[in-house]
Amino acid sequence: MVGFIIRRVLWLIPVLFVVSLITFAFMHMVPGGPWSYEKQLNAGTINRLNAIYHLNDPIWQQYLTWLLGVLRFDFGPSFRYSDRTVNDILADGWLTTVHLGAMAFGLSVFVGIPLGIIGALGHNRLPDYVATAVSMVGIATPSFVLAILLIVIFSVGLDWFPSRGWKGPDTWVLPVVALSGYQIAQIARYTRASMLEVTRKDYVRTAHSKGIRNTAVVVRHMIRNALIPVITILGPILAFLVTGSFIIENFFGIPGIGRNYIAAIGGRDYSMIMATTIIYAFAVAFLNLIVDVMYAYIDPRIRYS
Amino acid sequence: MATQTKAIPNAPVAVRRSEGVWRDAWKRLRKNRLAIVGGFGVLLLAFAGIFGPMLAPHPYQVQDIAAVVANGNEPLPPFQDMNHPLGTDQLGRDLMSRLLDGAQVSLTVAMVVQLVVLFIGVPLGAIAGWVGGRLDTYLMRVTDIFYAFPDLLFIILMSVAFRETAFGRALNGVLLVFVAIGLTSWVTVARLVRGQLLSLKETEFVEAARAIGVNDRNIVTKHLLPNAIGPVIVAVTLGIPTAILAEATLAYLGIGVQPPRASWGTLINDGVNQIRVYPWLVLMPGTLIALSLMSFTFLGDGLRDALDPKLKGKQ
Amino acid sequence: MEEAVSLDLTPEEAARITREQGDRAGTKSKNLLTVRNLSTHFYTPDGVVTAVDDVNFELGHGETLGLVGESGCGKSVTALSLTRLVPDPPGKIVSGSVIFDGVDLLKLSEDGMRKLRGKEIGFIFQDPLTSLNPTLTIGFQIAEAIRQHMGLSKKASYNRVVELLSKVGIPKAKDRLGDYPHQFSGGMRQRVMIAIALSCDPKLILADEPTTALDVTIQAQILELISVLSDEFGTAVLLITHDLGIAAGMCDRVNVMYGGRIVETGNTDVIFDNPRMPYAWGLLDSLPRLDDLRSDRLRTIEGLPPLLINVPDACRFNPRCSFTRDVCREKEPELTARAEPGHFARCWATEPGGWIA
Repeated sequence: MVGFIIRRVLWLIPVLFVVSLITFAFMHMVPGGPWSYEKQLNAGTINRLNAIYHLNDPIWQQYLTWLLGVLRFDFGPSFRYSDRTVNDILADGWLTTVHLGAMAFGLSVFVGIPLGIIGALGHNRLPDYVATAVSMVGIATPSFVLAILLIVIFSVGLDWFPSRGWKGPDTWVLPVVALSGYQIAQIARYTRASMLEVTRKDYVRTAHSKGIRNTAVVVRHMIRNALIPVITILGPILAFLVTGSFIIENFFGIPGIGRNYIAAIGGRDYSMIMATTIIYAFAVAFLNLIVDVMYAYIDPRIRYS
Repeated sequence: MATQTKAIPNAPVAVRRSEGVWRDAWKRLRKNRLAIVGGFGVLLLAFAGIFGPMLAPHPYQVQDIAAVVANGNEPLPPFQDMNHPLGTDQLGRDLMSRLLDGAQVSLTVAMVVQLVVLFIGVPLGAIAGWVGGRLDTYLMRVTDIFYAFPDLLFIILMSVAFRETAFGRALNGVLLVFVAIGLTSWVTVARLVRGQLLSLKETEFVEAARAIGVNDRNIVTKHLLPNAIGPVIVAVTLGIPTAILAEATLAYLGIGVQPPRASWGTLINDGVNQIRVYPWLVLMPGTLIALSLMSFTFLGDGLRDALDPKLKGKQ
Repeated sequence: MEEAVSLDLTPEEAARITREQGDRAGTKSKNLLTVRNLSTHFYTPDGVVTAVDDVNFELGHGETLGLVGESGCGKSVTALSLTRLVPDPPGKIVSGSVIFDGVDLLKLSEDGMRKLRGKEIGFIFQDPLTSLNPTLTIGFQIAEAIRQHMGLSKKASYNRVVELLSKVGIPKAKDRLGDYPHQFSGGMRQRVMIAIALSCDPKLILADEPTTALDVTIQAQILELISVLSDEFGTAVLLITHDLGIAAGMCDRVNVMYGGRIVETGNTDVIFDNPRMPYAWGLLDSLPRLDDLRSDRLRTIEGLPPLLINVPDACRFNPRCSFTRDVCREKEPELTARAEPGHFARCWATEPGGWIA
């Protein structure tokens, strides 16, 4: 098990390296530099700016400079905000983004899993139809559409929740729900399918043949085994939350990392783009690793082998 | 194996007939009502996408300012004017035509992305699975890297990076969108095919084929791949909603399909600021997106249940 | 191999267990299990499958009865029907009575039935790998029934588990309580299943092909174990198998099933010495023998087992039988007596006055 973990951690390094290379390459492939978008600057100013930001260096040197900076946790100066570094901008927002992501994850798991279980236990009867209907709507609605609908109904229509900002619990509700909608549906569907498969397993029959009470059979033998495969999709779920969060942040005006991301891409804020991409990629890889380790630990067939 | 055992003469007791794998699967699929509904939805989308723009009342980019002005400088709501049956947007562009154009975009993205996925994923997966060994390991490392790159980030980066190039401008950005989406989706199919080949490689019927002297390429194409097709079909069908969703998200963010072409995502983007006043501008494309996603998902689920009865929820 | 274990039972618990064993020993004369007109149908999209059709038999206390037949003949479904474990849908017990120790199981409430399962009736399933929960320790799984039915404390239950594990021949039982099923070999897992079945000292054990999934060398050990333990505890065993050799070695009496019906029944030696039904002849004949020549082809019974939908009133074995005559196609034979006591067969040809002597 320990060897497994170590190997996975070591594997992170080349993966992130390639991710950063590809991102860097993409950014520099775009014609026009960071200055051609916003203001009309004269050639002299542009030259001076390029010198300050090392943009006239050969590409590989720019990359190395950046890479060395990253290893010192210095993501460089922001190309857009001349008085701030990327680290500053990130420091402002990362906690908010993590907060949003964590709450969305919690909601997805604590609504999705019970929904799936209820659907499976009430198979082909009302609970199943309800669970399936909810999942279907969740899957079929893109997060931004869900966000729009939520705002229209609950913010504008009923005025229960504000539609922007991130201060206090009532600003948390709509963004978290919008972000988790799709995930709740995925988890519910997967849990339901897993439970249905477990229902037909031989060891459930054995449990019944021992005269165990039905609730105990369901909890001890069915849910326990059904949830193990569900862990495998938690990795992609987390990845989805990470990447989906910046759309939601954008939409609800939440001051996290993601809000600046789109603007950075449009404004060719190279260092900001690199930093955000790498951080997102690292978060996804790291979370996937945690999920894989959890899975290996929880399934006795893997833990004791 | 499709064998038909004749009832033994004079036997009053019937003997079961076995049918081919595909006939069995088709029968099971037919009985699945949700899958049938999904199938109809898919057909409708296909029809709208292929023939829609031809049948549309107006070209999607034509602005009928006169009608808007006549309506008090407001876009027409649906069912008000027979000239514009589903209403117009703020610039007077006919919504029905734009929705149909969006259908075509979505359909194209869905189909072409899956073609890209199949073209890259199946051969790579087959090679990795069949040859095995170090080639397999290297290919798996490559897929690991693709896996690690968060999909949406990659698509956005690539779209933005190539937006200004000739490649990016082809077909109003549609080409760029589906190449980008395709590049992030092929990994699943490749892994599926590889997995199937790895497990089937060791089976006895492959041994038998080799013993007769069938060459490797034929074994793979005639014996192994047909067996691997089932899960691939399911994966492709279930991958389409993801592609449509990605395209809509991109369009909503302003990246991807460029105006004047209308994607459902751009329609939503256009209308979102005025949603309180003119809600149909957002609700119609949103509903269509939802219906398309649901149709493909129902159909994909149905295919999966039909092709592998062990996974079915019902008896 | 036996470890010295101190059972942490209260005197009352010990007295109760002793009394139950004593009761069992004294009532050998009455039948433990009487099955009458048991029919189980499966409602499928293709039609109604009559998997078990009007089955009748008895089982005495401490007796070992074999239920023999090929795949699909309904023997497993019969066993599942006895304890009402048939999946519903699509299966349903449509008629009959199952009198177990004076109580008709089919008329019990679900809760009443549940109290008997595991306690009075134990089940050994065919595939120990899939029949054990992979995420629970075997100690827990064996103790589960004990704690459910016998009201013992946790400590007392686990002591009993250790005792049971020793009895079924698992070495170092105390150390292995915390192990998971996948850490055992196939034979060991089946021993665990046997321990589970015996855990509450049941009066009856239903063993559904207990050795089919095991290596031949292990098979003998497991069968021996079942035999020894059932003798020691006075447990009756319904042994389901398609393997005639096993039936011959283990059972006092044998029921041969075909097409959901019992087609022959009698004492083991009678059935094997003097079978009176062509199916039984085919079964015995198909066993390869040591004195067969290598060049001989294996003998089989031609044809396939019947599809049990819309079964007509005729002998079900008739399409594959070499001795068939018109009457076999027109009316199904009844189970009628043959020469030896307790020997019955369902065949027109071998009836007194039939065309086979």
